[in-house]
Amino acid sequence: MALLEIRKLTHYFGGLRAVANFNLRLEGGELLGLIGPNGAGKTTVFNLVCGFYKPTEGEILFQEKDIAGLRPHAVTAMGVARTFQNIRLWNTLTVFDNLCIAQHFRLGYGLADVILRTGRFTTRERHVRRTAEELLEIMGLRHYAGEHPGNLPYGMQRRLEIARALATQPKLLLLDEPAAGMNPGEIDQLVETIRWIRESFALTVWLIEHHMRVVMSVCERVQVLDFGETIADGPPEAIKRDPRVIQAYLGSEELSHA
Amino acid sequence: MRRHLGLWLYLAFSLVVLAICHYQALTAYAQLVLMFIGINIILSSSLNLINGYMGEFSCGHAGFMAVGAYVSSILNVWLFTSHKVFGPPVLSPSSAVYLFPVTLLAGACAAALAGLLVAFPSFRTRGDYLAIITLAVNYIVKSSVENIQVIGGARGFMGMRKVIEEMEAVWRIPWIMLWILVFTGLTVWVLHRFVSSSYGKGIVAIRDDEIAAEIMGVDTRRMKVAAFMLSSGMAGLAGGLFAHILGYINPGTFTIMKSTEVMVMVYLGGMGSLSGSVLSAVVFTLILEVLRPLQVIKWVVIPLLLILLMLLRPEGIMGNRELTDVFPGLRRWFSAPKGT
Repeated sequence: MALLEIRKLTHYFGGLRAVANFNLRLEGGELLGLIGPNGAGKTTVFNLVCGFYKPTEGEILFQEKDIAGLRPHAVTAMGVARTFQNIRLWNTLTVFDNLCIAQHFRLGYGLADVILRTGRFTTRERHVRRTAEELLEIMGLRHYAGEHPGNLPYGMQRRLEIARALATQPKLLLLDEPAAGMNPGEIDQLVETIRWIRESFALTVWLIEHHMRVVMSVCERVQVLDFGETIADGPPEAIKRDPRVIQAYLGSEELSHA
Repeated sequence: MRRHLGLWLYLAFSLVVLAICHYQALTAYAQLVLMFIGINIILSSSLNLINGYMGEFSCGHAGFMAVGAYVSSILNVWLFTSHKVFGPPVLSPSSAVYLFPVTLLAGACAAALAGLLVAFPSFRTRGDYLAIITLAVNYIVKSSVENIQVIGGARGFMGMRKVIEEMEAVWRIPWIMLWILVFTGLTVWVLHRFVSSSYGKGIVAIRDDEIAAEIMGVDTRRMKVAAFMLSSGMAGLAGGLFAHILGYINPGTFTIMKSTEVMVMVYLGGMGSLSGSVLSAVVFTLILEVLRPLQVIKWVVIPLLLILLMLLRPEGIMGNRELTDVFPGLRRWFSAPKGT
């Protein structure tokens, strides 16, 4: 059974074709990269998968169930979590609460339990807090538990976003430019983190990235988008030499120097 | 004992107030002010859920108050008294003693349903546009009531005094004060539990970043419905109690002016601070009464005070904090209930 299967995904913004005939099959356990020049439609693909947009055409099957058109929280509940290109944390809540609220869809209690403080509320809330505490510990954020995310160093905010995604207990983790704005030291740490969480959480990771160092050192397979179309798909070494990819990136020397 | 210290203190306070009222140790005027403080606490803390915690801008709180006021008043008059339109009492007038909280809650439920008028549009619009919708709902409620002649239309509706008299005939205690104390305590208690749970904090996540909230697993629509229904239901509760203090209501009471008054209390106390809302309701009601001798000039002085407040302390009395954040020592006594 494929974890994620995307067939003929096409999306239009008005008259603009952002994604055209996108196909993908993930068996589970892979570490897949999605690259392409600015405006190629990478983030749109993520937004389609996580339910933020409803695709114009095509199917998105997650564990053989069609999730195209489901509301985002329902997609998250099925096991797809993501981070954002521009960090989107809840800044007036504490780091700890950020991790608790990411478990909102599986709190397992309702308004009546909150008001009457039933046994179910107490046990479930304790479980939620324990999960959040564990994540703080393993992601090295324990020190910041009571802080507001906006006060954290940039690299730590990125880390918190990954921790928050993990709090939803995903099967598929989408990382949208996780290294954006990071310094080389932070990038090395990030690469380690991505490898490590994939191993320890048995996750499938799909990431968009501009830093070729990250893509080449982390991904096992890379897909290249240009103007919404897939122009290459294969192992990083082959992608590096693909003439169409070099053509798409012409003017940017990132690839040849990576 | 210590775990429920707040509850015990409130119970003791309520008993003292009731005893004072019962033995007429307080002037009728002072009792009235006390009752309005209770009502204003319900109104400001419930509106804070929307304007403070959820970050929307609702300016139609008086509309929901009107729904609660009219529904519970009509039910009480219809069930327990003889009325020229509704005829003789349906139930025995003395049963009002037990059924008063039931009709009050029925009014609150009706107001909560009216809250859906705002909750559904809030799925698609927010900010200024939703504010306009709340304004419209306020007007819809007011104009509807004005045009239903059976319940008095613009002339207003009365007869609730008789219900209270029936209750006092059974057992002579200050009933209205009793129920105001009960429901004020209940409102603050419920709201406190709501906003301190991971469930309730979902609405704070909506305020901070709605897109992230929806994508990271918060069912934003359900949370909006919950928040709007809770908030407007509580406004309805306040309306029902308010109607029975004076025994007379008219649509002119529940205009945008009343909504504004509640909003002022929320911003005075600090958005997203429950203790701030309680504090500001007390302060604001008292200021209104203290400045009463100024008569019309009062409405120049109060807005002036507001302008000064917004200039000098735009975050309100408490800002985003609770009393326990300002005085951490309190936490030993009033620990915020946690799931651990």
